[in-house]
Amino acid sequence: MQVLITIVSLGIFCLLAEIFNLRKLLVPVTVIGLLAILGISLNLWSIDPSIDEKFASMIAVDKFSNAFSSLFIILTIFLVALSGDFYKEHQTKISDFIAIKVFLLSGAVAMVSFANLSMFFLGIEVLSIALYVLAASRRLDVKSNEAGMKYFLMGSFASGIILFGICLIYGATGYFDIAEIKDLSSGAGLPIWFPIGITMMIIGMLFKIAAAPFHFWAPDVYEGSPTMTTATMSTLAKVVAMAALYKILSSMTSTLTPTFEMVIVVVSILSMTFGNIMALRQDNVKRMLAFSGVSHAGFMLMAILSLSTAASSLLYYTTAYALAGIASFAVIIYVTRNKDNEAIGNFNGLGKTNPLMAALLTASLLSMAGIPIFAGFFAKFMLFSQTIKAGYLFLVIVGVINSIISIGYYFKLILAMYTKEATEEKQTVPFVYYFVAVAAILLNILMGLCPSFVTNLLS
Amino acid sequence: MDVTTILLLLLVGSIATFFAGDKLASKVALVFSLGALGLSLYLLNLLNQGTDISFMGSWIANPKVALAFKADGLSMAMVLLTTALTPLIIFSSFGNSFENSKNFYALVLFMSFAMTGTFLAADGLLYYIFWELALIPIYFIALIWGNGDAEERKKAVLKFFIYTLGGSLFMLIAFAYLYSKAGSFLLEDLYKLELSGCEQAWIFLAFFLAYAIKIPIIPFHTWQAKVYQKAPTVGTMLLSGIMLKMGLYSVIRWQLPIAPQAAKEHMPILIGLSIAGVIYGSIVALRQKDLKKLLAYSSLAHVGLIAAGCYTLTLDGLSGAVSQMIAHGFVIVGLFFAAEIIFRRYETRIIADLGGIRSQTPKFTSMFMILVLASVALPGTFNFVGEFTVLYSLSQVNLWFAVLGGTTIILGAYYMLKMFQNVMLGETNTKVFADVTTSEAITFVVIIAFLLFFGLYPKPIVDLVTPSLKEILEVINK
Repeated sequence: MQVLITIVSLGIFCLLAEIFNLRKLLVPVTVIGLLAILGISLNLWSIDPSIDEKFASMIAVDKFSNAFSSLFIILTIFLVALSGDFYKEHQTKISDFIAIKVFLLSGAVAMVSFANLSMFFLGIEVLSIALYVLAASRRLDVKSNEAGMKYFLMGSFASGIILFGICLIYGATGYFDIAEIKDLSSGAGLPIWFPIGITMMIIGMLFKIAAAPFHFWAPDVYEGSPTMTTATMSTLAKVVAMAALYKILSSMTSTLTPTFEMVIVVVSILSMTFGNIMALRQDNVKRMLAFSGVSHAGFMLMAILSLSTAASSLLYYTTAYALAGIASFAVIIYVTRNKDNEAIGNFNGLGKTNPLMAALLTASLLSMAGIPIFAGFFAKFMLFSQTIKAGYLFLVIVGVINSIISIGYYFKLILAMYTKEATEEKQTVPFVYYFVAVAAILLNILMGLCPSFVTNLLS
Repeated sequence: MDVTTILLLLLVGSIATFFAGDKLASKVALVFSLGALGLSLYLLNLLNQGTDISFMGSWIANPKVALAFKADGLSMAMVLLTTALTPLIIFSSFGNSFENSKNFYALVLFMSFAMTGTFLAADGLLYYIFWELALIPIYFIALIWGNGDAEERKKAVLKFFIYTLGGSLFMLIAFAYLYSKAGSFLLEDLYKLELSGCEQAWIFLAFFLAYAIKIPIIPFHTWQAKVYQKAPTVGTMLLSGIMLKMGLYSVIRWQLPIAPQAAKEHMPILIGLSIAGVIYGSIVALRQKDLKKLLAYSSLAHVGLIAAGCYTLTLDGLSGAVSQMIAHGFVIVGLFFAAEIIFRRYETRIIADLGGIRSQTPKFTSMFMILVLASVALPGTFNFVGEFTVLYSLSQVNLWFAVLGGTTIILGAYYMLKMFQNVMLGETNTKVFADVTTSEAITFVVIIAFLLFFGLYPKPIVDLVTPSLKEILEVINK
């Protein structure tokens, strides 16, 4: 709870900074504030998993919520650090953008530490509304407006479905409190609308993580939004939604029925295959990463199949994926910041004009493709071995075939950087881009060198 | 003192080379690779005295992965092959100049590091990681410093990457499955597993995809010729001299002992495929116009025979295969170096454009000739020892296998000598061909001396690998 309160206070501070004309200091101060909040969150580590009675059983802090909250805070630190340069030309609005990001973080934290479905819904709305605003934040750009509108329409639909699901669950059990719901769900005799409610919540969440067949918004919204927002959506928002989906299922039902599992298997296969095949055909980096994100959602869904044991694998996968995403977006923002589009051609010859940036992007793509020593490899491996244990060897084989396909498009970018001739001179890069990308890749490699550090957090 | 020191030295060497700057990079790389060679010889000496130089440490708790490096005769032989060829390959490239040479040599050393790790690892996941790590540097070496048309090269290299990565991902599934059975990735635990026939067949198949692509065995060879042709000579040497042997070594170390039943059941198919590679490679080599491509196909033929030796599951077959791996590693590096020397002077590898070099370069001609003869397994060279032992073991399985496999010697002699004739002999070429420089000659002399010495006295190598091969055979026949 302290974490949530401090995050919201930081967000209010960001808004006040505007009034007191502290815009220049805003980014560093916010980053320091977030670091302090990260400290608070880590400090809560040893606390027993208990529901905080003082807050009317709304928030439950346990290792799961703590670990994921810390991950979200770290990602937000990176994203805020990048914002300083990205919004340079919109100095007057910078405090709004930063404040929205901080509020977005508060929604994210609420989504993994809720003990009550109403809290969960509040979290998801805070996160989504912040994202709608960010997607449309380049308000004179038609594409950004279109992205915001699309995202808003589709997103509010999904929120509506989730809300309907929550209502049905309430109707079936008489509780919003997830501990009570879990008790009731393990006994027999729940009316049929309980599973219907859960199904509707899952559908809504599948929309948020952009899993096929609920992914149609993703490419357009990713492409149209400002690149900074795309970075937020594809790293932070996706990871949040995935963790929340896992938490809903694992905290409300003790086991999934085979039918449910079958649905997850099908969605996972569809997402991986569809995402990868569509990504092969893209010439725009943001669209490509949108489809690659769809396929990663498919991989992450495998965690749902071993609900009781996969929390640490999921934490590892999401961390690896998000760190690689942050690093790649740091490079993408730098390369495309003065361009009208994000075509792959913009990356031609980066290996010659800026070897370090090219190496960082290469490393992050290799991690996403699952090449060893990068964390992405262990992430995939852990999910695979867990899924084999759960008895879905077939799904793993599909996953492996998809990993092979994904090489095709990740390497398209690498090939463009190293084999094509550069079209322009080297530009000076603000230090912060190097810093964020290097830090993210280093963390990623460190995770690859000692995976136990992350996986032990939850066991 | 244990084998991790070699790995550390190579890794540090790779980093040091990167920071040494473009001018010094090649020399720093050479020094470190020579250091690794010295170190591995020293460790071999320790091993022969009976000291335990294996290493065992914990790494990841869940899933349980250990930093296990096993050094027995077999893996030390392969490590020595790597650490001996690496300085030779680096030294042979001194005549070329590379753009960004610090990156280039750092990648070469890094690849050597990864390959050494593959040969030493005794934990499935660790082994897999090294196996994949070796792929990244060669990808960039071939892509960035390769020759020929960039578009074509990109396609060839990407195909190579997707093929090999795809194959090995199936191996990863097999490891994940084995882990769910054994609860550990350790080689010894995997050896102890008692798998049903069906499980063995699938696991064997998954491993086979990875290895058949890497070795390559027909019909998974289609990436090979183009990549050999397009890669810079250093890359080709690394690929053909050492990296192929990763696949063959893994067959002996991992595939056969973990799924012996499947290997026995499918022996005729496996040997048949391998020998098909021998004949196919030889016939295609006959028709090649490009010197490097010809050598690529000859390599396909030779490794086919080595693979056939491995799949006989006899001591002779395995030990012949290991000898031939080492011999082929040296001879193919020498042959590619000869092709490179010709290219340095004439800027072409098209056989039809060459000819008439002999009279201008007596030294080069004789050294090239010896290498050609070694490659066709002339008695007295180490290649003869290997190939003969393998053919003998094949004859014990089925005489026809030996007869068909034996065509490698006849066809090999035919295409190699024909190549030699077209490239070196004939009317004196009007273009001047400078004879080999001292540094170029050193590379040749080392290779030839090695091949002749062990050709006449193969005992040290055979003695080194036999005990560990016997151990593996015990697991296979338990």
